[in-house]
Amino acid sequence: MSAFVRRSKALLAGLALVLGLSAPAGAEPPRRVVSINLCTDQLALLIAAPGQLVSVSNLGQDAMLSAMADRAAAFPANRGQAEEVFLMRPDLVLAGTFTTQATVDLLQRLGVPVAQFPPVSSLDDLRDGIVRMGAALGREAVADEIVARFDADLAALSATAPVGTARPRAALYYPNGYSLGDRTLAGQVLAAAGLANVAAEAGLHHGGHLALEQLVLADPDLILTGRRYPTPARAQDVLDHPALTAGSGAARRGNIDDRDLICGTPQVLKALADLVARRQALAAPAPAPEVEAGG
Amino acid sequence: MKFPVLIGALGLLVAGLFAASLLVGPAAIGLSESLSALIRGGADGDAVAVVMREVRLPRALLGAMVGAALGLSGAAMQGFLRNPLAEPGLIGTSASAALGAVLAIQTGFAAAFTLALPLSALVGAVLSVLLIVALAGPRGSALVLILAGIAVSALAGACTALVLNLSPNPYAAAEIVFWMMGSLADRSMTHVWLAAPLMALGAAMILPMGRGLNALTLGEDAAASLGVALGRMRLMLVLGTAALVGAATAVAGAIGFVGLVVPHILRPLVGALPSRLLPASALGGAAMVLAADIAVRLIAPDRDLKLGVLTALVGAPFFLHLIWRTRSEGI
Repeated sequence: MSAFVRRSKALLAGLALVLGLSAPAGAEPPRRVVSINLCTDQLALLIAAPGQLVSVSNLGQDAMLSAMADRAAAFPANRGQAEEVFLMRPDLVLAGTFTTQATVDLLQRLGVPVAQFPPVSSLDDLRDGIVRMGAALGREAVADEIVARFDADLAALSATAPVGTARPRAALYYPNGYSLGDRTLAGQVLAAAGLANVAAEAGLHHGGHLALEQLVLADPDLILTGRRYPTPARAQDVLDHPALTAGSGAARRGNIDDRDLICGTPQVLKALADLVARRQALAAPAPAPEVEAGG
Repeated sequence: MKFPVLIGALGLLVAGLFAASLLVGPAAIGLSESLSALIRGGADGDAVAVVMREVRLPRALLGAMVGAALGLSGAAMQGFLRNPLAEPGLIGTSASAALGAVLAIQTGFAAAFTLALPLSALVGAVLSVLLIVALAGPRGSALVLILAGIAVSALAGACTALVLNLSPNPYAAAEIVFWMMGSLADRSMTHVWLAAPLMALGAAMILPMGRGLNALTLGEDAAASLGVALGRMRLMLVLGTAALVGAATAVAGAIGFVGLVVPHILRPLVGALPSRLLPASALGGAAMVLAADIAVRLIAPDRDLKLGVLTALVGAPFFLHLIWRTRSEGI
């Protein structure tokens, strides 16, 4: 009986979280939180109280994807399977809304409260996500503090490098010719850094395939690629295509740490600072043209 | 149709499709602009010239080369095995070549020297052709040939999938589709130069086989009495088709059914003479792959639809029709 009541209460609390409501005042914060999503991993690592988070996803520990992989390494990893998550006896599971719906449904049927966080596609979403995570974990004060610090850092960065009228044109280019348009988190950070987005010019507003020849014809000032896996894959070949390196192409290539742009955490400021520096370098008066050997 | 007329018509068809392939792409470039950029190059770093010369030209060249290689090897295999169902895709040569290429890429051997990648695909192809020729033999029935081909294809495909799934790079697993269905998207002139030497070598081995294949239509004993060295011919066939299919697969993945459909359409037009079928099939194969590659760009411009999807859509019903006919003729 009491177990049933506790479970129902937990279910209701979970439902409230899903609906974006904060837990009712006085409700106990969850004590065993399991995160099964790369981005909730990172938010929980930032916000959770010591001992509150008991497991993160294996992606959260992957140094290729996670900006907080080293901190995540201290936790037991899960692979986001309902069975293993259930056996960890969580009183709250943190999940994304995008890909794990079957797992989430199953966990909820088993009576485990699940808080789902949608993908972040703007800086406002980012603030919302932090606040919601604070509410879900009963750590509102910490979350507010993080948002305040984020806003202060963002304002400081914008003040030191005001966006001028010259907006160099950049493209984010990933394996398989994937690019990100203006209505994505990375696109918003690009815009905040004072860079125009070539993918958006080509009509790509979300994420999608930008054909190599469209990219070449758009003639961007900057082609930004992310981290690469050291082992070969045909998907990565396009990043080394001669059409991108021919002539003056090599000079406008840049590598960014795209881990900072995947999730809505204050880590995006690191990427923003990097992009601002690149924009300033492009906007600076060009040095005297080099004389090419054998010109 | 007279043979020179047929060859001329096929040549014109390939030339037309080659030009169309150069003019089709996601970036809308005007006809005269694209042609002048392609021929004159424009100023250094001119974006249109880069697109034409570094993106579209290699794609069109590879389409013609890969198609010619597959058509030629299909015609040669059918002639030598005297079996209408022999084809590099169906008997597992392409899948084995893909396995060779994948192993070379994943172990890093492909970076060891320039031609390491196509040569590894060639080794995979040679092993499978040897196995098939040993199993089916010149007198083997169509049934044995196809069964052996299914087994070799399945085994090579499974090994390819296993190797790619075990790669620490998550993108590698998505590559399985490329190796099984083939694509020419975003290939570069580097790939043209990788494939060209081995394809030239393979064609040089296969094309002179025409007279021997003609004799072989009379049966092995008759061919031997006409002075055809069957052992040497078998060796040339194995190495030649492996070089053609290996080079094609290393750069474009496994594209099925080209070597099956093309010789069958052209066979009545050349009077069923293998010596004439070989060059005609090379041209026909080039036309088929170029057409398929144009179609994938028209059907789904913003996603990389695989070539093998289209060739199978045309080829598989054709294959069923052939099996039906083979059965009713009691072969």
